[in-house]
Amino acid sequence: MTEFLIQLAQIFLVVALAPLVTGWVRLVKARLQGRVGASALQPYRDLYRLLQQEAVVAHSASWLFRVAPYVTFSAVWLAAVLIPTFTTDLILAPAADLIALVALLGVARFWTALAGLDVGTAFGGLGASREMMIASLAEPAMLMVTFSLSLVSGSTAPSQIIAFVLSGSVGIEVSMGLALAALVIVAVAENGRIPIDNPSTHLELTMVHEAMVLEYSGRHLALMEAAGMVRLTLFLALIGGLFAPWGIAQAGAGWGEWRWGWEHSLPKALPWPRPWRCSRPGSPRCGCSAMPISWAARCCWGCWRRSSSTCRRRCDGSRADLL
Amino acid sequence: MIGQETLAEFLAGAETVAGSHPYPRTRLDRVGWQALVARLAGSDWGLMAEWGEPDEVYVALRDESDGEIRIVSHRCFDRRFAAIGAVRPAAIRLERAIRDLWGLEPEGLDDRRPWLDHGRWPVRQPLAARPRDPSPTPFAYPFLTAEGEGLHQIPVGPVHAGVIEPGHFRFHAQGETVVRLEARLGYTHKGIAGLATGRTIKEVARLAGRVSGDSTVAYALAYARAVEAATGADVPRRANWLRALMAELERLANHLADIGGICNDAAFAVMLAHMSVLRERILGVNRALFGHRLLMDQVVPGGVAADLPPEGSETIKQLLYGLHKEIDRARQLYENTPSLSDRTQGTGILPSALANRFGAGGFVGRASGRGHDARRVPGYPPYEMLDLSVPMLLEGDVNARVMIRFAEAAESLRLINRILLELPDGPVRTDLPLRAGEGMAVTESFRGEVLVWVRVDESGRVVRFHAHDPSWFQWPLLEATIKGNIVADFPLCNKSFNCSYSGHDQ
Repeated sequence: MTEFLIQLAQIFLVVALAPLVTGWVRLVKARLQGRVGASALQPYRDLYRLLQQEAVVAHSASWLFRVAPYVTFSAVWLAAVLIPTFTTDLILAPAADLIALVALLGVARFWTALAGLDVGTAFGGLGASREMMIASLAEPAMLMVTFSLSLVSGSTAPSQIIAFVLSGSVGIEVSMGLALAALVIVAVAENGRIPIDNPSTHLELTMVHEAMVLEYSGRHLALMEAAGMVRLTLFLALIGGLFAPWGIAQAGAGWGEWRWGWEHSLPKALPWPRPWRCSRPGSPRCGCSAMPISWAARCCWGCWRRSSSTCRRRCDGSRADLL
Repeated sequence: MIGQETLAEFLAGAETVAGSHPYPRTRLDRVGWQALVARLAGSDWGLMAEWGEPDEVYVALRDESDGEIRIVSHRCFDRRFAAIGAVRPAAIRLERAIRDLWGLEPEGLDDRRPWLDHGRWPVRQPLAARPRDPSPTPFAYPFLTAEGEGLHQIPVGPVHAGVIEPGHFRFHAQGETVVRLEARLGYTHKGIAGLATGRTIKEVARLAGRVSGDSTVAYALAYARAVEAATGADVPRRANWLRALMAELERLANHLADIGGICNDAAFAVMLAHMSVLRERILGVNRALFGHRLLMDQVVPGGVAADLPPEGSETIKQLLYGLHKEIDRARQLYENTPSLSDRTQGTGILPSALANRFGAGGFVGRASGRGHDARRVPGYPPYEMLDLSVPMLLEGDVNARVMIRFAEAAESLRLINRILLELPDGPVRTDLPLRAGEGMAVTESFRGEVLVWVRVDESGRVVRFHAHDPSWFQWPLLEATIKGNIVADFPLCNKSFNCSYSGHDQ
């Protein structure tokens, strides 16, 4: 019964908190750029507004276009449900592993790209082709991360990996460090962040994810946006859970430990964007052709560290200017 | 030089029309005009502008060897004239616009599509002696095609995802690589030439300042100087210096906004935030001292609308002090960000030959080795006293256009400082004498050379008004520049050109 309740809590909390996480990331980004920024609650208002609005569907769109938001959102939601955020003791945890997670995200992406193609505009096709190119690089990388973790821990299920990390039998593992770096970069790509994509761009020709959902409005757009928010939360929880699981409640834990795990999961996920996203305002989005090169280059840990440290310096400088 | 005739020598024998100041106007007959077109095919006479009247076509030319500027006109009795566009590609769109507006037919022009008129105006050929009935349906516009396997079209605009001016861009792309870009403009046609006809000089000054809002000082200045030339007014010295002060403030604000905008289009939003703050400071000072953030209606025929307030000099000096340091830091930030340089360097290269062929001015020309600046040639006061230096680069890429802006912003800071130091005393406005005549003036906007030609009558009314935006010669170059680049780099190239839609369509 408790397991069921916990799973239920996980299912709904991840959706309920996703807009807050996104809003917070946007707020940090705005502050680093020297803007006041909107409240962290703004995404809730945006979603509410979109849900009130009429959904306009293009004449050229088929049933695919209308179904895609629901499939995309469901797939991402289901993926998010599988990630242990505050406890590993979930009913659904044994049902799927990281490979299933990659597949679920792939399903979401596939349907979004189909919807982009279905509506028949140039931008939809452009976005879909770019998204697929990025996916062809990001998906194998994500699988590589999965395999390197499973080689160390002996399982591809996130709860088992977490249990293994918490057991203390893992020493200093170079492969874990590399896996973390790779997963962070995959997260940047999957969430359409700079330098791969720019979620706040106003330039239709440079869009990737936005180009595919350009024709959506109303509740369809709300679902697409919510899927993006849940995906961001998912990756934050995944990185936090796999690589810094301390405080997470395990099987057989009491209410106190769940609470402890719960209280820790939030700060664990939320401060993440700070060092991670610090580089975002600082590094311009690379051109599409330059991307695979920069992709490879950025896969080196050193390059990553350099760019984030210079950017942090710059961000500090920019804040000092405005004070 | 042997075998090379100057523009003045070529026009020496022809009929000179009285009353054109300060540049003489020569009227050529059919044979003379055809000889001119033939001569333009091989000479280095630069095309400055081309426009029409109900029965006459005008072209402003500059001999690049000696800087001599002449206006040449040709009476089209059968409403036809030999097209300069047949030998000078820069004139093609100008002549298509002449056909749309005045109904004069350019003969020998391959491109017979309308340009500004989309078939949605209430009349056709609105500036002709007898305008024609409106088109029942909007014109179909066949874009130039690119043929080959795997090519696809991307139509962009006229309504864009961002809040920018309307224009349609048709890309032919192979994957992400642009094979051909063709722009279709004319969406912001306001009929300013028609609106100006018959109004008083003062009323038209307001219109002239609104041809392209971001260069309102440059336009108002060009119009004022054209009217002053036509009427023979003598502008007080202090007014000239104050005009230069405003022009440089405008240039500075625009260059800073552009630098921020270009970096933002490369997703480097920090620079936009910085630059917006700096620009806002300039606009705030403008408002405090002159009463308008963009300095609209401050330059008027006869002088300037109001004198600089007593505390003005000190306020601007304080502004300069802050700006100087900040712009320097922004420049360092720009230069020391490798991922930004990766986007701007080698992107959107405009070859020097093309820039010269189209006579591109401003940062577009200067980044591609064409160092022309109207403040130097033909020059106007007080710049001859200010030792103006014009930066020039040869690379012709986005990075070069950004660096030119940085250099020009620094030069503007220096000029403003000089102007404040040496600002002469005296009146700032004079009354215009009532005299009929024609006048033309060129001024340097932040974008390039703005040309205004005007004809006034004895009662102080404007008979004809024509304003030429530098973007006319820059839009076609943008199309050439993007070829072979990736689609996602177009916004970056476009922003680095920052052509005016409004000034072009007027």
